[in-house]
Parts: sequence; C-alpha cells; structure tokens
Amino acid sequence: MRKKEMMAMLLAGGQGSRLGILTMDKAKPAVAFAGKYRIIDFPMSNCVNSGVDTVGVLTQYQPLTLNQHIGIGVPWDLDTKNGGVSILAPHQREGERGEWYSGTANAIYQNIDYIDACRPEYVLILSGDHIYKMDYAAMLNFHKQNNCDVTIAVLEVTMEEASRFGIMNADENDKIYEFEEKPEHPKSNLASMGIYIFTWDKLRAALIEDNKTHADSDFGKHIIPAMLNDGATLYAYRFKDYWKDVGTIESYWAANMELIRTLPEFNLYEDFWKIYTNSNYQPPMYTGSDAEVKASIVSEGCQIYGSIEHSVISKSVSVGEGSVIKDSIIMEGCKIGKNVHLDRCIIDQNTVIEDNVSMGGGDNTPNELKPNIYNTGITVIGSNTLVPAGIEVGKNCVIYGKTSSEDYVDNKLPSGQSVIIEGAM
Amino acid sequence: MKAIGIILAGGNSERLKSLCKVRAIAAMPVASSYRAIDFTLSNMSSSNIKKVAVITQFNSRSLHDHLSSAKWWDLDRKEGGLYIFTPFLSSDNSFWFRGVADSIYQNISFLKRSHEQYVIIASGDAVYKMDYNKVLEYHVAKGADITIVTKDMAGTGRDVHDFGVMTFDEDMKLTSFEEKPIEPKSTNISLGIYVISRTLLIKLLENTIPKGYYDFVKDIILRNRSHLNIYGYQFDGYWNTLNSIQAYMQTNMDFLNSDVRSILTTEPYIDTKPSDDPPAKFNTDAEVKNSLIGTGTIIDGSVKNSVLFRKVTVSEGARVNNSVIMKSSYIGKNCVIDNAIIDKEAVISDGKQIVGTADEPVVITKGQVV
Repeated sequence: MRKKEMMAMLLAGGQGSRLGILTMDKAKPAVAFAGKYRIIDFPMSNCVNSGVDTVGVLTQYQPLTLNQHIGIGVPWDLDTKNGGVSILAPHQREGERGEWYSGTANAIYQNIDYIDACRPEYVLILSGDHIYKMDYAAMLNFHKQNNCDVTIAVLEVTMEEASRFGIMNADENDKIYEFEEKPEHPKSNLASMGIYIFTWDKLRAALIEDNKTHADSDFGKHIIPAMLNDGATLYAYRFKDYWKDVGTIESYWAANMELIRTLPEFNLYEDFWKIYTNSNYQPPMYTGSDAEVKASIVSEGCQIYGSIEHSVISKSVSVGEGSVIKDSIIMEGCKIGKNVHLDRCIIDQNTVIEDNVSMGGGDNTPNELKPNIYNTGITVIGSNTLVPAGIEVGKNCVIYGKTSSEDYVDNKLPSGQSVIIEGAM
Repeated sequence: MKAIGIILAGGNSERLKSLCKVRAIAAMPVASSYRAIDFTLSNMSSSNIKKVAVITQFNSRSLHDHLSSAKWWDLDRKEGGLYIFTPFLSSDNSFWFRGVADSIYQNISFLKRSHEQYVIIASGDAVYKMDYNKVLEYHVAKGADITIVTKDMAGTGRDVHDFGVMTFDEDMKLTSFEEKPIEPKSTNISLGIYVISRTLLIKLLENTIPKGYYDFVKDIILRNRSHLNIYGYQFDGYWNTLNSIQAYMQTNMDFLNSDVRSILTTEPYIDTKPSDDPPAKFNTDAEVKNSLIGTGTIIDGSVKNSVLFRKVTVSEGARVNNSVIMKSSYIGKNCVIDNAIIDKEAVISDGKQIVGTADEPVVITKGQVV
C-alpha cells in the first residue's frame, strides 16, 4: 500500500447502553440520526472531507448493522485501491485463545500490524459517538506546527459540566501539563472530545509499553497520563463549532429535534462539507392530498398520508391517513397505520405500528425496569417490533419484539411499563 | 441471463424544445430523483443482464456524467458490465441520421465478441418497469426470430400517430407495421424493445448496412418480414415515453398516482446515481399536498399536485401548483408557479408569476433567471 501521512482509527465497538433499546441490536455508531444518516457517517464523512482516505473501523458489539452500512466504503468513496476502509474485528492469534477489545487503547494495540502496513506518520483516533463537522487536516497542521507527540481536541465546557469529562490542564499556549479524568474540582474547562492525533512511532511505543501493565489499556486512563509522565509534548486543540454527544435518550431526541428549526445550528444543507451515507434507496417522498407536514424533516421513499409535525422521519416510512405524529423520531422502513397518534416517541427501524394505536399520553412515571434511562417522557419502540391495532401506550414505555394484544392488559400499557419479548432478535 | 443488452440513448426531440437543448432524452430528469435511462438500465440489471451497451450520440455530456460510474446499477464488473459507445461524427453527415441499425452496426464487434445467445435492444427514452426474462422466455417459446414488445394504447390517452403501429394475427405473429401512420390500423404500438438472437442480428446488420440501409424498423424488420418469424409480446404495465413537453409533464404527474409510484417503491427498485442530500425539510408554514419531493429540498410555501426534484427551494408565501421543478431551482417569496416546467438551477425571483395551461405548460430553461 502507498504510504499515508495520516490514517484514522475509528472506535465503533461501544454499546452505548444509555440509549436503551436502540442499541439492543446494533452498536451506538450504527444508530440512525437526522433521518437518513447513522451516527458513524459524521466522523466517516469528516475523514474523507479532511483528505484522510485510510480508515480502520474497530467493531465489537453487535457489528451486523455497521458492517452492512459500511460495506467496502462506497458511500464515502472509500472503495479505493490504496487505503480505503477496513473493518477490524477482534481476532485470534497463533497460540492464543483470542481476546476482546478490552479498552480503547487495547483495541488499537491489537491492530498495530494493520497500522504498520499503512506506514503512517500520524494516527488519528476517533470515536463513532458524536455529531459534528471537523477538519482533521487543520488539527494535523496544529500538531505539526507545535511539534506535538499528541494533540487532543478539546471543547470549552462550563465548569459545572467539567466534572463529567476528561479535563486538560494547559498553559497559556495550550500545552498540556496535566490530565484529570472526571475531576471533582476541575481546574480548567477544556474537555477532551476523545479525538487524538498521535505521532505513530510515539503511540506505538506507548501502546506496547502500557500493554505490559494494563490488560484493559485505555487512552484517557493510561496512555495519555503515561506519555505526560514520560515528558512527551501534548497540546490541546480547541474546537469551537457544533459538537453533540447523543449518548442518552433525551440528548439523542433533543439533537434530532434541533435540526428541524428553520435555521438549525447544525447545517446539513450546505454542499461544503457534505455528510455522506449509504444511499441505496432513492425514491422521492410523497405527501398525499390530505397530508400535512410541518416543521419536520422527511427522508426519501416516505409515503405520508397523515399529519406530521415537529418530527424527524427516516427513509421509506409510511404514515397512514388520519395519523398524527408529533415531536417524534421514526426510523427507516417503519409502517405507521391509520389513525395512529404518536407524541414524543422514538420508533426504531422496520417496526410496524398498526391502526388506532396511541402512544405518549398519560403521566410521566419513569420506566420501572430502567428508570435512569427512560425518564423524560419519551416512549421508545425497538426495531422490527409490532404494536397491534388499538393499543394505548403511555410515556417512558419500552416495547420490543412482535407483540400481540395478549401482551397488554385491556389493550393498554401504562406509563413506565415495558413489553419486551424475549429472544425477539 | 443468456442475453446482452443494448440501450439506444442517442435520441433527441425537437418537441421537447429547450429541455432537450441541454441533454439527450435518455438524460431527462423524471420523478424527482431519476433520469429516464435509469428505468431501462435498472430493468436490464434486475433482469440479470450482466453486459449492457449504451449507445449515445446527441448532447451526451449529462448522460456521460450520469453513467460515469456503473456501480449504481451493479454493472461495474470485471467480466461484462457497462459499455458506452459514442459515435464519431463525420464532417458532412452525423451518425444519428444514418439510423439506429447503423449505430449498432458501428459497434458490431461488441456483438461478435460476446457469447450470450440473445440480445435485448431497448430505447433509453421510456419510463417503465419490465422483466426482460419474461420477454425472452416468450421469444424462445414462440420460436421467434424477432420479438417486439407492444402495448395496446387504447384508454391511455396517448395518440398512436406518433408511434410504430402494428397488427398481429391470433398467434401474435406480426401482420403489419407502419411507422407514424396517418390512419393507424390498430392501437398496438411498438415500445422499441426487441429480442433477437445475437447471430441473427449480426447477419442482418451485415446484409443491410453496407447496402446503404440504416434504419432498424424499416430496413431490418420490415424488409425481412416475409422470411422471418416476428412476434409481438403484449406488455400491460405502465409505460410512457418522453417525446413531447406534454408527455414529459404527464409522465412526471403519473407518479402522483400510487399505482405508478409503486414502480419506484417496490422491488426490484429503479436505481440511479445517488446524491447524498439531506432529508427534505418542511418549515412551519409549509403546505404540501399530493406531491413528490426530492431530497435536500426546503419548503416554506405551498406545493400542490407537483413534482419537485432535489435541492429545490420554495420560499415563504410561494404557491406551486401542477408543476415540475427540477434540481437546485429557487422559487422566491410569494411567487405563483402554475402549469410550469422549471428546468435545473433556474431562479424565479420574489413575486414573479409563471403561469401556463395544462395543454401548454410554460418552460423555464436551465439556469434562467426570471
């Protein structure tokens, strides 16, 4: 392979358990966002837009959806002869039992051979968890100008938020002298975004060294502090643009809803810095004669006969006559019947909601099984699920699997209750 | 599939006026997301034809752009795949005027180097979904030398005077074929889709072209009618061709009908070169009824009974009715657009009225600023 100046390693193996049922059958980077996209499309598109054409995607948790989505990299023009995208799953080695990726740095350690084969000078470490547009080439320039061994992208957060992040304490030139993971009393507000550029030979040595002591080698916990200790040059690279962590049901819902404002903060409609995704399905969307669609974004192939307000609708969704969808997110391939009422719901892909179902009414009782995940009034329906006709569902509910009316009492599911069919996958 | 495909995409039409000044008919945008040739190309691909030649001539730039990669139709193959044949033009005579048969003859090496038994020849100007395997099976079952796909246009509202009109005996064997007759003998027209064995096609072309006969219908089919078994295959599905402004408008509007739209929304899908635009955006005062909306379009105004392509902007207070608006066009505030075809990248400034009639839609040309 032709030598690369910088390649990217994208950590896409995380479950994202705070997204509840949405990550039951797919890793967090594969969760849909803004209608037709998946979260991983944002870092992937940033890579190609920044001129990074060699990307290793590290998968572990539920990789099927990701594998299908990425394929050989066609959506990002990464189906190239030199470089391109490689999906890197945990694997066995001669004489070993094989092991999972036990930490962020361990995952990179286990793929040193792959990186060596690309012969990069610099390696960009990314996670597939965030929504943002960023020019990694500008960050690389910063890295080279400051003769860094490590550059860490940081966001200025409020001091109250700072104790939730890995915090960089830096001098007036943004040279880092100390790193603190989730400090109780933060000394600075520069929060790590989990985006690093390493000079490869320095990282390579650090990974091998750290593996001797930590089987679960992690960038924040082990590699960064160790390199600081050894006197390496680390700089903070300030990022001032839109950046969203969509790690919880509420933040996921809110970030989607921000996109439907008349002038959203995060602009998907500019040709500059386009976000690419798998576009294997192309029909236009259709709105029927009695349809009403307002303050919403709707993706290709949808057939809308009902009313949609303040919602994000993914590809190939059908909504029957008389249905009213409000403040909701509906993912690819869902079929919503007639006279269905949805209020603050998230419906995962290929789910069928039959006629006369109503969801999202009633009181705000938190979910009884997982009150820390479902507690803001949003009802979440999993993928490939069936909700039979006439069911009335409250707030903070979860339904997963092909349910029938026998799974409900009096055709009702009160707020905070769940119906999860075992083995539905 | 035991056949190779040839798509004739050289056509142009005076009757499409300014729409065709910038592109071949096969490159005409249809139904929000597609170009006309996507239909025939997808039919070939979904009929499992692995080797397809597209013969272009007139204004082929946009067509070449569209076909710049064959991967969208799964035709980027090491063996077979997509071939694009562009004619060379001599100083005194253009290739097109020598005829369709000549355009195939000029590329006869494509036929000679193939091993498949049959050839499916189809026009790239029509909009339809067809499984060519069924036509081929019929061709073999009938023991035909040539099979011509025909459609009975009674009840479709299309004037058969514009087409090749055929009659058949009770076994569907061809009894007469007249090109654009003044007094048509039937309502069965030729859809310009033919099945023929590869070796027979080579033989007929080699016997005909060097003698100075260049037309496919007149010189290949009609001249050989007495000693060849020519059969008609009746097609009952939706079919339309883009040979006039009215037909172009009608074809787009046909997709507002759910039966016709199912061509797009059911498998096998019609494939096209993707354009990764964001979802269509409907702002607070948008009102959209009975319309097709392409991706990346932003709507603040009202849109009814219309077909909007990708990345169109309809500003607040604008009213769009019964119109086709192509990619990246901008409709200003409080505009009224009625019975109009707005070509790509046009700008209609605030408050303008573009009003035509159902019979005579107004056409705004590509990039025009009103």
